[in-house]
Amino acid sequence: MDLSVSIGALELRNPLMSASGCFGYGVEYADVVDLSALGAVVVKGLFLNERDGHRPPRIVETPSGMLNAIGLQGIGVHRFIREKMPELRRLKAVVIVNICGTTVAEYAELARILSDVEGVAALELNISCPNVKEGGLTFGCDLTSTHQVVTAVRQATALPVIPKLTPNVTDIAAFARAAEDAGADAVSLVNTFLAMAIDVERRRPVLSNVTGGLSGPAIRPIAVRMVYECAGHVRIPVIGIGGIASARDVLEFMIAGATAVQVGTANFVDPFIWPKLLSGLEQYLVRHRLERIRDLIGSLETGAQPHSHEPTPRRT
Amino acid sequence: MPIDVEAEVLWNRRLSPGYNALALSAPAIGARVEPGQFVMVKTAHGHDPLLRRPFSVFEILRGDDKAPRGFTILNKRVGPGTARLYAATPGQSFSCLGPLGRPFTLVDPPFEAWMVAGGVGLAPFATLAERLRERHCAVTLFYGAKQADELFAVDLFESIAVRVVLASEDGSRGMRGLVSEALAHELERREPDPPLMLYACGPEAMLIAVCKLGAVHRRPTELAVERVMGCGMGGCFSCVVRVRDGEGKTRYARSCIEGPVFRGEDIVWE
Repeated sequence: MDLSVSIGALELRNPLMSASGCFGYGVEYADVVDLSALGAVVVKGLFLNERDGHRPPRIVETPSGMLNAIGLQGIGVHRFIREKMPELRRLKAVVIVNICGTTVAEYAELARILSDVEGVAALELNISCPNVKEGGLTFGCDLTSTHQVVTAVRQATALPVIPKLTPNVTDIAAFARAAEDAGADAVSLVNTFLAMAIDVERRRPVLSNVTGGLSGPAIRPIAVRMVYECAGHVRIPVIGIGGIASARDVLEFMIAGATAVQVGTANFVDPFIWPKLLSGLEQYLVRHRLERIRDLIGSLETGAQPHSHEPTPRRT
Repeated sequence: MPIDVEAEVLWNRRLSPGYNALALSAPAIGARVEPGQFVMVKTAHGHDPLLRRPFSVFEILRGDDKAPRGFTILNKRVGPGTARLYAATPGQSFSCLGPLGRPFTLVDPPFEAWMVAGGVGLAPFATLAERLRERHCAVTLFYGAKQADELFAVDLFESIAVRVVLASEDGSRGMRGLVSEALAHELERREPDPPLMLYACGPEAMLIAVCKLGAVHRRPTELAVERVMGCGMGGCFSCVVRVRDGEGKTRYARSCIEGPVFRGEDIVWE
């Protein structure tokens, strides 16, 4: 049975990745998760420099989901390379580093620095964090900026480049196209949905940042729809993210068109979820007499016209 | 290394309309847990509520052969998750991830231990008192709540020769006022020797007061903080506490892996 998938030149032993911001720097989970058994470990977003993040409270639970406004607290790329990469190499993790910049030049600089680091398999570009302007929506909500930042990183590195897209736009497929046109090897989507929760007794926002990003099973159907739309509009692989909590959910994204997936919030609830997801995928392949999981990618049978609403022309 | 145990409810003791002690069958966690460590409890199967809730381990339950069979948690009913734990019945089970976090430092004689608890902040002190008494430390518990019917398990501490000083805000049991005032009162009257370690767990205002008293009276303090926590494993960066980094700067530390126990002098109160 073959669970492997390919993201451009990057061969993954299975389609499961940790979602950035939901798995620390990976090493936090080394006691409970065999990191080498994951398709890839996507680490928490890194700027060049250390960052403090927002004041607590930083999360709040909502129906079948949660809001977060962490504010990209992080140790910066240099400490990451020095303090975390040796352990990740030792554990034989396939490491995808999520990078964030305040300027296009900072993204390119991060890409150059990480290109020389042994054990870094790919770069995910965070152009979609809803909780910080820089490193977030500044680039991810504007087609020209998205194209610019991906172009700059593409020129700076030979590593696979994976822009992570925000769902907080009208037509996400157009952003996937812009990323592809600028030379991206894949796109990952979705980041969290900009959202808000209010303490009605105190008439105050629950989060110190006022707004936060919604994740968890609550967003899954919207994320599946967005992956379906994007997969129909680009030739590069789409990595599906959004509320995955079971093997069934992984399969749903893959059938919609995702080549691989990332699991975030569900890992908070159950850090032992990874082997359960893998065995669920294997059982599905057995039940459906399939040899290779990659045969499921985009295998949706609609029996109808795929889209009534189709703002971006499809590529076939 | 934490483990995940589907723990059956052994019993559920309602302590008041808002509080209960819930006994969970989890021998492996009971055997490993150190005072101050916590477990993440999933209060429902499925997605509602979604996230686990952190609880200090209260008592370690032992069988007739003294082998650990599980532990109890002290639960305060505040939302849907804690309401489910309040209503739990034997036979039900809850997924418990633990033990997690950095425990209290145990002192030895001649050190005495003064534990300061506010409300459900009592929870980590049953196991701490037990371990300190095994080491022959003199132990005092300062324990405060709003009113008499929210002061629980006093006999549990007295049965292992812990001196208990009670305070209630309405004066219905023990000293009238805040537990930190009871602590201040005794600290002022105490000779420098023997040395004293202050341990505290409770509302933030109480922790700040204990921290200040420790500084004024030159007593070391260890505080177990409570924060909104997403994962308990260091993954989400939500439960941060501002701490001094030793180089004159401050930073946010994840209380799930660097805490929940911090030295009082390391915390910067925001």
